[in-house]
Amino acid sequence: MNEAIQLIIFMVLLIVLSPLLGKYMAKVFMGEKHIMKPVIGWLEKSVYRVSGIKSEEEMNWKTYLYAVLMFNFFGFVFLFILQMLQAYLPLNTEKLPNVSWHLAFNTAMSFTTNTNWQSYSGENTLSYFVQMLGLTVQNFVSAATGIAVVLALIRGLTRKTTDALGNFWADMTRSVLYVLLPLSIILTMALVSQGAVQTFSHSVKATTLQGTEQVIPLGPAASQIAIKQLGTNGGGFFNANSAHPFENPSPFSNFLEMFALIIISGGLVFTYGHYAKSKRHARAIFITMFILFAAGIAISLWSEYGHNNVLNVSGAMEGKETRFGVMNSILWSVTTTVTSNGSVNSMHDSLSPLSGMVSMFNMMLGEIIFGGVGSGLYGIIIFIILTVFIAGLMVGRTPEYLGKKIEAYEMKMTILAVLAPAIVIKIFSAIACSVPAGLSSLNNTGPHGLSEILYAFSSAAGNNGSAFAGLNANTVFYNLMIGFGMLIGRFGIIVPVMAIAGSMAKKKITPVSSGTFRTDNWLFVMLLISVILIVGGLTFFPPLALGPIVEHFLMNLGVGF
Amino acid sequence: MTILTGIVYPLFMTGIVQLTFPSKANGSLIKKDGKIIGSELIGQKFDSSIYFWSRPSAIGYNPIPSGASNYGPTSDTLKKQVTARRVLFAKMNSISDPLAVPKEMLFASASGLDPHISQKAALLQVDRVAKARNLNAIQKQKLVQSVKNLTEMPQFLVLGEERVNVLILNLELYKIDQNITYNK
Repeated sequence: MNEAIQLIIFMVLLIVLSPLLGKYMAKVFMGEKHIMKPVIGWLEKSVYRVSGIKSEEEMNWKTYLYAVLMFNFFGFVFLFILQMLQAYLPLNTEKLPNVSWHLAFNTAMSFTTNTNWQSYSGENTLSYFVQMLGLTVQNFVSAATGIAVVLALIRGLTRKTTDALGNFWADMTRSVLYVLLPLSIILTMALVSQGAVQTFSHSVKATTLQGTEQVIPLGPAASQIAIKQLGTNGGGFFNANSAHPFENPSPFSNFLEMFALIIISGGLVFTYGHYAKSKRHARAIFITMFILFAAGIAISLWSEYGHNNVLNVSGAMEGKETRFGVMNSILWSVTTTVTSNGSVNSMHDSLSPLSGMVSMFNMMLGEIIFGGVGSGLYGIIIFIILTVFIAGLMVGRTPEYLGKKIEAYEMKMTILAVLAPAIVIKIFSAIACSVPAGLSSLNNTGPHGLSEILYAFSSAAGNNGSAFAGLNANTVFYNLMIGFGMLIGRFGIIVPVMAIAGSMAKKKITPVSSGTFRTDNWLFVMLLISVILIVGGLTFFPPLALGPIVEHFLMNLGVGF
Repeated sequence: MTILTGIVYPLFMTGIVQLTFPSKANGSLIKKDGKIIGSELIGQKFDSSIYFWSRPSAIGYNPIPSGASNYGPTSDTLKKQVTARRVLFAKMNSISDPLAVPKEMLFASASGLDPHISQKAALLQVDRVAKARNLNAIQKQKLVQSVKNLTEMPQFLVLGEERVNVLILNLELYKIDQNITYNK
């Protein structure tokens, strides 16, 4: 009963608050008046002045993309160097050594691509200095990069016969100042009020009641946790991520963190509606995402509460926290994988087979069900273009989207964006399954071992960052493979998306006629869901059948490994 | 941007919360006789018969670093562990039906630092703790009452699960049982 009420509160808040946040963000990015402008407008201006940004100067798609790539490249280099030199930098209260080159490469890649895969364990690998100047900064700007790219795409789709897609620096600055920073400040306060730590003191030595020594790690965690949730980043301050009592102390903090990781992505859908001047289209996209999200939750809950014949228990608590229980662990696992967040409050490796599969499948679909901040929306727009194209083929008309013709060039780019992550997942997993370096990291054998590998590369390609953490990923092999997987999964989509934005911006808008395929009704919702599931299903059913599905049936027979 | 989000923001937030929630921001530490004995939020290992036990932990409640077993749902190793924990808990607490042992006492937590157990798991341990400490009937009654008083209900009536903080409950023992000094 309690479980159902919590679930309903979560869903209702998501449905009610997404349009409101979406409207606010539309005002921010369209440069209209909004409530935060008088409060921090001066900060925006001084950021432009200090960094010499001409915010009114609009860019074409190539300049915009170049700015995105350069910005991310330098972010990567900076974070890589910070880690390699950690021992010589200040605020290293635990006297930690420099990070190994392959782990530094992986972590830098992970945070610049908004994946936040955790090959590191925060407590004993990274200093406060690196956590703040490296990780926290990238948490903000990688999320802002996602928003900027989707804004460029939206402008490309909604403007006509132009080259101008907006100014990357202005989009990014506004995302950080007006959206991410204010929400982070509120969330940090709320988290600390529940017991999350936020301090610069070094770890504390305690003598426990039973007389052993316990070292309690501290740090400026809350401020980083807030943005890691809001920016769909997900990389924890501590190794156990949001299962750690200092990172997620209470059921209320859990609820807030869970909500924070989906609300901006939900809101951006409605921001798009304002740009496209079609709230109905935004609503159709939102409903599509919501249906897929709810279906995932239903399957996952059903599986997790079911009986495990190997362990002889229903609703196993392995890798779950008492204060959250089964329901909140599952709701989080689905929410964090439909968005590209990847933070965890339970250990996905220990989830029941089909719950683990739902998480994996969410990522394999390309993080488009709400998805990452910005990246979720441009991801689903790719699938919308695909749907419109298929619908056009069925009726024999040139496909149009928002009044613009979709032609061979856009379709090539679309297919590229759909294939890039799929290639990473399947080919990289296949390599890992066939070399000793890939197999020696496994924590579980049998079909669950395959699931661990599949999950890792799905997480990398979808820029999610959650893990079947039994896999020991801190090896040269996995740090490099997953690092490159994240790179392809991020920029393998951003580059074609920007190309589409550029070519669509140049096109004319044809007025709506009776023959136009509508993108704001239930028929469209159903078609879009079908296309998403067919593409995802056809691509990934074979490996899923060999991993989680076969494990599910073996579990029912009581077969362990 | 780096300066703003990497330095100003965390420093500013630290400043504010150090003023508004100083104890929580610094780890909700518990002191006894001037010595730090732990944090309210970080679970400790309790396996002695004079204490209420905490959940199994894959890291033995050593927080550097936190973590879980990550055993899969069909892992034979996990199966063996669960069976052993079930038998041990039932035997120590004189529970006739091993299947009645609460779930969280069979499985390691996600962080390895879970500070809570269910009320049921605490109540099941009262007899054993009382016996190990030679508590009389009145003291034992007090202990049952403490378990009930210390039970945290779901937050705002609906969020999360009912639970008892093991460290706080064990500290309560010293109020009831004056004969034993702590850190023994």
